[in-house]
Amino acid sequence: MKHSMTRLNRSILAVAVAGALASVAALPAAAQSSDSGPRTAWGDPDIAGVYAQYTTAPLERPEQFGEREFLTDEEFAEVENRRLTARELNFESDTEPGTAADVHYNLDQFALGANEGVSSPNRRTSIVTLPANGRIPAALPQVAERRTANQARTRGREYDGPEFRSLTERCIVWSSTLPPILPGGYNSNMQIFQSPGYVMIQGEMGDPRVIPTDGRALPENLLPQWNGTSVGRWEGDTLVVETAGFRRETAWRNSSEKLHVTEKFTRVDEDTLDYAFTVVDPETWAEPWGGVYPITEMENVLFEYACTEGNYGMANILSGERAREREAAAGQ
Amino acid sequence: MTRIPNTAFILIAAVICGACASDEADGDTVEFPRTAGGQPDLSGVWQAVNTAHWNLEPHVPGYPVLLELGAQFAVPPGPGVVDGGEIPYLPEARAERDRRFANRLTDDPEGKCYLGGVPRSTYMPYPFQILQNADDILIVYQFATGTRRLFVDGAEPAPLDSWMGWSNARWEGDTLVVEVTGFNGQTWLDRAGNYASAGAKVTERYTPLGPDHLQYEATIEDASVYSRPWTIRMPLYRIVDEGFQLLEFKCEPFAEEKVYGHLRKPGTEFPEEVRSQ
Repeated sequence: MKHSMTRLNRSILAVAVAGALASVAALPAAAQSSDSGPRTAWGDPDIAGVYAQYTTAPLERPEQFGEREFLTDEEFAEVENRRLTARELNFESDTEPGTAADVHYNLDQFALGANEGVSSPNRRTSIVTLPANGRIPAALPQVAERRTANQARTRGREYDGPEFRSLTERCIVWSSTLPPILPGGYNSNMQIFQSPGYVMIQGEMGDPRVIPTDGRALPENLLPQWNGTSVGRWEGDTLVVETAGFRRETAWRNSSEKLHVTEKFTRVDEDTLDYAFTVVDPETWAEPWGGVYPITEMENVLFEYACTEGNYGMANILSGERAREREAAAGQ
Repeated sequence: MTRIPNTAFILIAAVICGACASDEADGDTVEFPRTAGGQPDLSGVWQAVNTAHWNLEPHVPGYPVLLELGAQFAVPPGPGVVDGGEIPYLPEARAERDRRFANRLTDDPEGKCYLGGVPRSTYMPYPFQILQNADDILIVYQFATGTRRLFVDGAEPAPLDSWMGWSNARWEGDTLVVEVTGFNGQTWLDRAGNYASAGAKVTERYTPLGPDHLQYEATIEDASVYSRPWTIRMPLYRIVDEGFQLLEFKCEPFAEEKVYGHLRKPGTEFPEEVRSQ
């Protein structure tokens, strides 16, 4: 039981220390080897927990910041003020149940708990830190060709059946659960479970990755999988996870099946890990890119998500399209 | 063939598992692995090898659910895994089981790629991996990429109903006892329509038999469905292939035509090119 609402009260203090922490996990810095953090009973660094992966920094750096990685004290105070105000608003229940105004994501009303949406202070101007301008490199020309070919393959059939709908609508993968893991709009939480020789990482909406940490290399000739295949190792206090062997259809940010992801999980304080990632895909980007953001421990457990079991959205999308077709036919 | 690995271990196993055969020794390693805390270390990849996923009760061979599927999808025979042979259904519940069997092609949640529930996930024909540390245990099932966290010494009630239930576990000697409640009543127990309701309480027992074998038992209490609690028993086998890792089995794509086919655009068919992706 690490914390609950006390996080709000502590955040002012956290502002003061954040500056010192902010420089810890910049990419592409070498792994930190402090060897000083908490340990599991069998001696590995202890990074287990359930974490919220929300953060205030945008994925790409707004251009006005140029190559500046960190906010000034003044800018940061403003971001923190917004962050804390937004959190308080999440728990206001001043709308009348049963009215249209009441239909919104009020976290308290939906019993999502005091932890939903927590985030650690983040002084960074963007999640992306590599390249130095904080912007995702332009995709290679062949990416547009790939996309065009894919779109041509399904054009006009997008609503015929479920198979050409998006992977998230089909409960297959999310950008908040794939490696690399990015903050998502909701249910942006993950569990890290450790046992001797393994780390299991699961996004709330996604699939478990059971990652061996015995030092084995990624096998060659990997069978393609939606989430790839992951192996891990400890470098000092940092868990380093390498993932490759994606299916062509996973296409994270239009990447190819050659995508290789390196993730680094490093504890920076009692409640916070830094999550850093680098992606390499010679068929999508001319250079590697990556970033870092804090993930924040919660006292909640990760509850079963059961996406496909309750996927009324897909049924509604298809039946809505059938209704539209019937209306169009009747109108002719 | 059978060696005496450890007298105390055999005594414990005999008390807990009177119906189990004594285990065969594998080479020289006859001790079940243990954690630093002294408990059996259940970590590893396990799988049941029986026909319980077809039918928990004793069953003769049966026709495939669609005749054109032929012999390779026919139901193989099995002696059943239920103590006493038959599930003690109340009369109306047995009729409901029979109705589910008749409608199994459309109604069995396995066909829709829905989470298997407990105990069914244990004996589905897929491997599952147990991760264990001093405090907690996590089980990852290959089918439908299901997971369960077992709260060792946990006593909190289920906060909500779910497919896999809420698992509080404790050690009784060398047996891991897991009490599972908080079900949503939508899971089945096998492909033959056997079922429990949302009010079921499942008590699982995992007991080491030998270095690569566990005895698995599950007692199911559900007064709205059965006349008394009943128990299934079966061994679980460790997957010993070197470097074995669970491969991802995202079954959603394979169930889409079954679940959403009735909403497909009239005059169109499942695009065959998708099958070769």
